[in-house]
Amino acid sequence: MITLYHYLVLSCILFAIGVAGVLLRRNILIVLMSLELVFNSVNISLAAFSHFLQSMAGKVFVVFTITVAAAEVAVGLAILVVIFRQKKTVYVEDLSEMRH
Amino acid sequence: MSIWLLLLIPLIATTTITLITRRHKDLSSYISIGAVVLCFIISIKPILYFLRNPHAEPLEQSFTWLNIPGLYVEIGTLLDPLSVLMLFIVTFVGSLIHIYSRGYMHGDPGYSRFFACLSLFIFAMLGIVLANNFIQMFIFWELVGLASYLLIGYYFEKPSAADAAKKAFLVNRVGDFGFILGIFVIFYATGTFNFLAIEKQIEAGNVGDWTLLLAALLIFCGVVGKSAQFPLHVWLPDAMEGPTPVSALIHAATMVAAGVYLLARTAFLYHAAPPEAAMVVAYIGGFTALLAATIALAQSDIKRVIAYSTLASLGYMVMAMGVGGVSAGMLYLTTHAFFKALLFLAAGSVIHALHTNDIWKMGGLYRKMKITGSTFGIGALAMIGVFPFSGFFAKDEILVATLASGNYVLFIGGIITAFLIAIFMSKLVFVTFFGEERYEGHPHESPPVMTVPLIILAFFAAVSGFVALPGLEPNFSTYIDGHVEGGEGGHFVAILSTLVVLAGILVAWLIYQRGFVRAEVIANHCHPLYRVLENRFYIDDFYDRVIVERIYNGIGRAFNFTEIHIIIGFFVNGSAFITREIGKALRLLTTGRLQEYALLMVGGVVILLFFFIFG
Amino acid sequence: MVEAIAFYVFGGLSVLTALLVIFQRDPVRSAIYLVACFIQVAALFVLLRSPFLAAVQVFVYVGAVVVLFLFVIMVLELKKERFSEYIHRGQRPWALFIIPALIGEVGYLAVKGKSKASLGPYSEEFLVKQGSTESLGKVLFTKYIFPFEVVSLLLLVALMGAIILTMKRGKE
Repeated sequence: MITLYHYLVLSCILFAIGVAGVLLRRNILIVLMSLELVFNSVNISLAAFSHFLQSMAGKVFVVFTITVAAAEVAVGLAILVVIFRQKKTVYVEDLSEMRH
Repeated sequence: MSIWLLLLIPLIATTTITLITRRHKDLSSYISIGAVVLCFIISIKPILYFLRNPHAEPLEQSFTWLNIPGLYVEIGTLLDPLSVLMLFIVTFVGSLIHIYSRGYMHGDPGYSRFFACLSLFIFAMLGIVLANNFIQMFIFWELVGLASYLLIGYYFEKPSAADAAKKAFLVNRVGDFGFILGIFVIFYATGTFNFLAIEKQIEAGNVGDWTLLLAALLIFCGVVGKSAQFPLHVWLPDAMEGPTPVSALIHAATMVAAGVYLLARTAFLYHAAPPEAAMVVAYIGGFTALLAATIALAQSDIKRVIAYSTLASLGYMVMAMGVGGVSAGMLYLTTHAFFKALLFLAAGSVIHALHTNDIWKMGGLYRKMKITGSTFGIGALAMIGVFPFSGFFAKDEILVATLASGNYVLFIGGIITAFLIAIFMSKLVFVTFFGEERYEGHPHESPPVMTVPLIILAFFAAVSGFVALPGLEPNFSTYIDGHVEGGEGGHFVAILSTLVVLAGILVAWLIYQRGFVRAEVIANHCHPLYRVLENRFYIDDFYDRVIVERIYNGIGRAFNFTEIHIIIGFFVNGSAFITREIGKALRLLTTGRLQEYALLMVGGVVILLFFFIFG
Repeated sequence: MVEAIAFYVFGGLSVLTALLVIFQRDPVRSAIYLVACFIQVAALFVLLRSPFLAAVQVFVYVGAVVVLFLFVIMVLELKKERFSEYIHRGQRPWALFIIPALIGEVGYLAVKGKSKASLGPYSEEFLVKQGSTESLGKVLFTKYIFPFEVVSLLLLVALMGAIILTMKRGKE
């Protein structure tokens, strides 16, 4: 019998993988992809809660999350393109303007 | 009501000059003069009242300033024959000196400031005179100290004047420290600051002997500071750095006499205390008088000679208070206010004409400055105490009181002091106004605004002694004391002192006028002694070398060490060091690298979750 | 039983593909594995009786987001990274400590946590009767109409922002 906890553990593992990608990869494009993984793990847990608690709110929020994720990717990639035009790099540690 | 005006008017004058009319010099001086003259007019009424009713009860008005359990402080006025007499002296002599200052200070850049300070002084001095309790008196006591400081340091661009002002202020602090401790002792013993209430308590025998002795001696510390008694006399000669009217008003006629007034005001304390307290007062006074008179012999600065004569006079007064001659001391205070103000103002007139203080650069001035010369002569005769000038009566009463109290040492000291005073005052007159003309330039008589006050003061210096004539009713001692003092051996003292001062004048005449024995010869023969006198018994040097250099500088070094190593080194730089090091450490976190921030964020989440689960 | 097998298959595949996403040196391959992962997640949504979400997942993520990623990769002409470069070495020791800790803590909370929420009205029978997509639509456009509008506005703003950011100014 598959319970809520199975889904939550799966969500947790995916979340950790996403975070690992964000922390470890130098390529900012892969970092953005890892963020999508994080979003997905959250979506799974929201949908699972929604299913097992017989509520609709979780699913509604999955819709919102997907929308926000789409918006985030659009803006993030736009920024990435602009940065690449100027610096000719996609490596995160080369972008340290915020220190100054 | 009008009594409060006495305090209010000078205060308004000084604030008005300081804040509003400072740019208008003439207006400022008129405000100041007007204020003090107005005060004089107001004070005529209580003077007449007490002259008509010498045995009237003291008039007291007061309101509460502070009232908390165990502490009641009031602001009030006390009018009795004593304070009314002082009121008269301060406002009358003050008026004359204010008017004189208009001429003397003419064209000075700090004209308005000078008059503002004078008004401040009048305010403070009247506050002392009218005070009905110790706290109020102490506040105004410090205020006259402030006014004195400001006026001694009037030419603050001159280092010597600034130093003299500081010296006066600091030396007075030493005395005032004792004074306030004495006030606390009194308050501890009686629970009140009010003079009349304290007097009642002491008369009722509620205060122990030792407490009284302690209180009397501590309060006398304040007198020693303000009235420049040994060993705190060193500030007064240096205070002559101030303008001459200031020397006349503050450092001769009124402020330095405040100590004597305080002794008279607290005479009940010295009566009730063990006799040792009064003895200390008398001997300090007598010793100061003798010391100052000997030092004055070797001084050649006209103002310094008069300053030392003031010290001698103050010593006389304090001695009189010590031997119980309150009315004698107050009589001397009164006459002294006239003749010493006169001497200073006349000396100021000379300085105004010649722009020097050195008596050896004067001489023969009488031909050029008849009014100044004759009034100075009157003042000198009064100071010496020649019959019938006022000083004679005052000095005579003091000597009689001393003899009556049985202190023969003090009596002999007083006679010797009188002899020395006669010598150096006559010397001053002979060297300055007679003999060959050693001055440069063309001196001329001062304008009427200066000479008229001189003439008025000269009149009072000459005749004011007659108020003490035994036949008069009321005469001075009944006015102050309410009874005639027993004049045992009055004739003997009068004749002896007259002979002594005539001998003194003769000696001075022989040396300085006739050249019978040249002054230089005496100086050479008694070279070591002369050097000692010239250097004021090395008391100032002693203070400089020992107190200032050893003790004061030692304390200064200790504070300096504390300041540099503990305050600055540890607290100031230490906190800066800690902040800087924390900043350095935290700066390592601010790398600007996105993923390190993300790492910190996730690490923070892990730590928070850890506490959430296990906390 | 079938459901359990399906969960383990899809779940395991999603974890595997997610790991492949972050450990590929070629960004194009990462994007392809990302597609695979998203499809597994869509399958999980189906298991959770949410066919609409599965459809949205495929449309938006696979059809739009990953395509966008691929587009950018081509525009920027990103090549396969060298082995020595693709991992941020300074971060690795910290991450190796933090990630297991995170999994441990969140997993602990997920397993040990007790839900106190009462069951809602949308039981499985209800959804079968009413239609799950229909129910979602009703809730979305009634109770959640305001957040829905806000999110749509956000999407619009993000679109405009992306366009404005990437415009080449002053070059024509």
